[in-house]
Amino acid sequence: MLGKLDWSAIPFDQPIPLVAGAMVLVAILGVLTWVVVKGHLPYLWHEWITSVDHKRIGVMYVLLASVMLLRGGSDAIMMRVQQAIAYQSQGYLPPEHYNQIFSAHGTIMIFFVAMPFVIGLMNLVVPLQLGVRDVAFPTLNSVGFWLTATGALLVNVSLVVGEFSRTGWLAFPPLSGLTYSPGVGVDYYAWSLQISGIGTLVAGINLVTTVLKLRTRGMNYLRMPMFCWTTLASNLLIVAAFPILTATLAMLLLDRYLGFHFFTNEAGGNVMMFMNLIWAWGHPEVYILVLPAFGIFSEVVSTFSGKALFGYRSMVLATMAICVISFMVWLHHFFTMGAGPDVNAIFGIASMIIAVPTGVKIYNWLFTMYGGRIRFATPMLWAVGFMVTFIIGGLTGVLVAVPPADFLLHNSMFLVAHFHNVIIGGVLFGAFAGFEYWFPKAFGFRLDERWGKLAFWFTFTGFYITFMPLYIAGMLGMTRRLQHYDVAAWRPWMFVAAIGMAVLSIGVICQVMQLVVSIRNREALRDRTGDPWDGRSLEWATSSPPPVFNFAFHPDVRGEDAYWDLKTHAKQQLLGHHPEPEYQDIEMPKNSPTGFVCAFFATIMGFALIWHIWWMVILGGLGAFATFVVFAWRDHDEYVIPAAEVARIDGVNLEERRSLVSMAGSI
Amino acid sequence: MNLLDPQGPVAVANSQILVDSVFIMLVIVVPTIIAILAFAFWFRASNRRAHYQPDFVYSGRVEMVVWAIPALTVILLGGVAWIGSHQLDPAAPVPGTGSPVRIQAVSLDWKWLFIYPDQRIATVNTLTVPAGAELNFQLTSSSVMNVFFIPQLGSMIYTMNGMVTRLNLRADNEGKLQGLSAHFSGDGFPDMMFDVNVISPLAFPDWVATTAKTDSVLNEDSYKKLMEQGIERGRPTYRLEDPRLFDLIATQHIPPGPGPQIASGAGRPRSGGLDAR
Amino acid sequence: MSMTATVGRGRADPHHIGRAIEHPGPASKRIVTAYGFWVFLLSDIVMFSCFFAAYAVLVGQTADGPKGSEIFEHRNVAIETVCLLLSSFTCGMASIAADVRNRFWFYLGMAVTCLLGLVFLTIEFREFANLVSRGYGPSRSAFLTAFFSLVGCHGLHVSAGVLWLLTMMAQVFAKGFRADILRRMMCFALFWHALDIIWVAVFSVVYLLGSSV
Repeated sequence: MLGKLDWSAIPFDQPIPLVAGAMVLVAILGVLTWVVVKGHLPYLWHEWITSVDHKRIGVMYVLLASVMLLRGGSDAIMMRVQQAIAYQSQGYLPPEHYNQIFSAHGTIMIFFVAMPFVIGLMNLVVPLQLGVRDVAFPTLNSVGFWLTATGALLVNVSLVVGEFSRTGWLAFPPLSGLTYSPGVGVDYYAWSLQISGIGTLVAGINLVTTVLKLRTRGMNYLRMPMFCWTTLASNLLIVAAFPILTATLAMLLLDRYLGFHFFTNEAGGNVMMFMNLIWAWGHPEVYILVLPAFGIFSEVVSTFSGKALFGYRSMVLATMAICVISFMVWLHHFFTMGAGPDVNAIFGIASMIIAVPTGVKIYNWLFTMYGGRIRFATPMLWAVGFMVTFIIGGLTGVLVAVPPADFLLHNSMFLVAHFHNVIIGGVLFGAFAGFEYWFPKAFGFRLDERWGKLAFWFTFTGFYITFMPLYIAGMLGMTRRLQHYDVAAWRPWMFVAAIGMAVLSIGVICQVMQLVVSIRNREALRDRTGDPWDGRSLEWATSSPPPVFNFAFHPDVRGEDAYWDLKTHAKQQLLGHHPEPEYQDIEMPKNSPTGFVCAFFATIMGFALIWHIWWMVILGGLGAFATFVVFAWRDHDEYVIPAAEVARIDGVNLEERRSLVSMAGSI
Repeated sequence: MNLLDPQGPVAVANSQILVDSVFIMLVIVVPTIIAILAFAFWFRASNRRAHYQPDFVYSGRVEMVVWAIPALTVILLGGVAWIGSHQLDPAAPVPGTGSPVRIQAVSLDWKWLFIYPDQRIATVNTLTVPAGAELNFQLTSSSVMNVFFIPQLGSMIYTMNGMVTRLNLRADNEGKLQGLSAHFSGDGFPDMMFDVNVISPLAFPDWVATTAKTDSVLNEDSYKKLMEQGIERGRPTYRLEDPRLFDLIATQHIPPGPGPQIASGAGRPRSGGLDAR
Repeated sequence: MSMTATVGRGRADPHHIGRAIEHPGPASKRIVTAYGFWVFLLSDIVMFSCFFAAYAVLVGQTADGPKGSEIFEHRNVAIETVCLLLSSFTCGMASIAADVRNRFWFYLGMAVTCLLGLVFLTIEFREFANLVSRGYGPSRSAFLTAFFSLVGCHGLHVSAGVLWLLTMMAQVFAKGFRADILRRMMCFALFWHALDIIWVAVFSVVYLLGSSV
């Protein structure tokens, strides 16, 4: 009746996950009860859960990422503590638990923190920067988000029901095959990635179409803000790479469920094929994450330096070059598998070539700062911190792209330090910069600068204290994923790293404090102008938060830095004469529960598949299909905001804005 | 296990390339970092002496330089990578004194088996080699993937079931080194560290003779017992019954290792073999 | 808001990109939908290409089981191919009928497409069942694993296509040729033709090349 599921699935013998799971459960129930008792449920349902507004969905993506960052972060703390104390002892985590933790840490941080964070920011900002009212497929956008949330949910369910994968974040066979991993861990891993992968693909298709087909009048390709370019590149990579992940995981699942022989030791299966396929997705994935971060930094550096981006065309070229070359380097992940010297050398050099456009980007940001008037608001701090940190990560990255050096450093703590160097220093710093930068746009008030700066400095120093020792441990021959070790030389570095982790955690706490303090002081921090940073692109041309239709009129763009030019123009004319605009009715997509209902059935189906509860699989499948048919059957998917309403909403914003421009004009 | 304290020619060359590459890159990385910090500091909004140039957004000359710097660095490093990959191919011969020693390494769940086919002996978790001689490794795995790595001797290489990888090394100085598996392979993975005893070429025949006197025999049956999941705390040695054992493993005539024997609920199997033997 | 309606004339072109043709603004819904679906189809083709790659890697790994030439039946494959190619034609007819809003020809075209799709699926299913009953199921060897997955993945797509087709007929029946339904019909037609193209690749790579081995 319940497949493989029975009481032994609950880890009564392991207090840590049980208590953690119970605490999360209590927290969720508490929040739910509060929501229901306070009567917020209808609000949540109508304004958020069923919303197809790209801004709301973007915010929910970022929220999901932030919550999962705490989960992945606690995994990280547990790992650092374990390695600090597991010298000549078993530490406090048995291998089967430790192995789940590092697998979960990697999986969560990449798929459920970094991905939703950047996709959330792209969702929030790109339509605004393009001067349009929504993404290309608003309902699908909601489906994509909720499928991602489903994946995250399943990963967390594994904490208390059954186990998570113990095979690392990429689940290499044959270890992840049925013979060597008979438990449900790998199934949790694979199904949650399959489900969230579909969500990501949907988001990718959506954003590619949005950037290519939905731009306001005059927004030629070479007038798009840099963030739109990197969004385009990143989502092209999603569209081209995520199907590879889907196919690869499907093959792994076929091996596990139906006795196929893609990657088994027996009957001619080929494990090296898995390596190739997973990295053919995995390497572009790195750039899927970091390209949007590059875009964020471009916006931030240019805005806070009070200059247009230096070498815009170079930047576009570099972005697209990275997009293409990122598909030609995957083999550098397994130089040590014994491919010939020619193959190794070619892929090594290809990997280095990617460093060229990346280096160009760094120099262009550098020259954007040159001659600027730099305001060190929190986003700019993250940007400068990123530039310094990322160069170090780039250096070590190019180093491991040299095959003979990789023969010593492959899979070592040095490598662990390297990719944290680029992912924390690049993606996470970028995500935080974007968060600080666009938060006022999303919510209408700025974040507290004092706590923001504290968060930056703790995170920044904490990062160095944590990961520089790992470089050294790698140079001392330490490999990754060790649950315990007997080498005395590694121990002090593991200690230092654990201390760094504590500092890093203080940074995260500051970030949470910043949010709490800012929400409390939101009236004082209110952004009435819609342009708190003296911005340059179109998202700052509307109010904060923007009305549901973003722009009362599609803006007409005449050049780069569209909004900056507008402001200059307005200042020159000193407000001149402004006729009352003629507002028109606006059609907007209607809310739809499709995404949420789909995710509901996907959760049921995923859980049932993991535990081999076949009747439930069929039920979930039928439910999902029915949802689609019902969705397809709808007659009205849009509603009209009457011109009078548009005028009312826009009028308020217009007044604020005029006072801003007249103030600026009088200076 | 310090990578910068190499004990053989391969490791020397590897770490030389590593250090060279770092220095080549530091030449541009350090000035860049300094420039970032300096520009950020000098052009701060509060600095009245800094000259605000909002129109400095394009300069062909600067563009050329910023493309050229990383490109030149990569050309230089690419050369290093190309030459290094060919000279340090794991399968390339590493000439040494005396006759080469053939060693067949098998990664088991969770121990290393070293077969000396010519000496007709085998050891577990201890690799004993003569200093100065070329070491020809053939490697495979009884079950999942592992990576064979002796940090101070250089170049690591994967072991995979049903496949043979090749690696040639040389240890120059007598002494004790340590090796490990550098690819996660399951619950007993951290216990896959092994000792490497580099002894004098004169003592090597004696060691072989002593080892050959052991009562334990390595054949298909004892190998099958050995490949069950578990950790090996001792350092057992064997007389090798059939010098073709490695081929039987590598060609899958002996089927791959059995994996965990399910000890508890189907959802959360525990590997039974983690107790030391 | 008149300001945002006329954005930027100052230093509008800091990089001297020069006057380009002005972008006319957001594309129509029809174009956006079709474009998005094209992008989806490309991603689907990438997924298929993985299965093709796996097939190419594993085709020789028969583990002492049958080779391709021993199990492929050319007559059946030929009928399958004819069915699919014809169905693309009838699907095209249905699309044209939808564009000129002719219900009779639309239903006829779709019904024949559906029928041909079902014939294709039946033949494929019988081929698979026959192989499994002879002990040549997908777990027999890596070659058969790759074969069943690649061909089966295409078969699953065709099955989904038939479901979609029936839904489209029902929608036209219930709601007529509304603009959103015509957009969906266009997507369906793209999907069906893409499956045809993939089948041509399957036919060539698996059956033609495979039977010569």
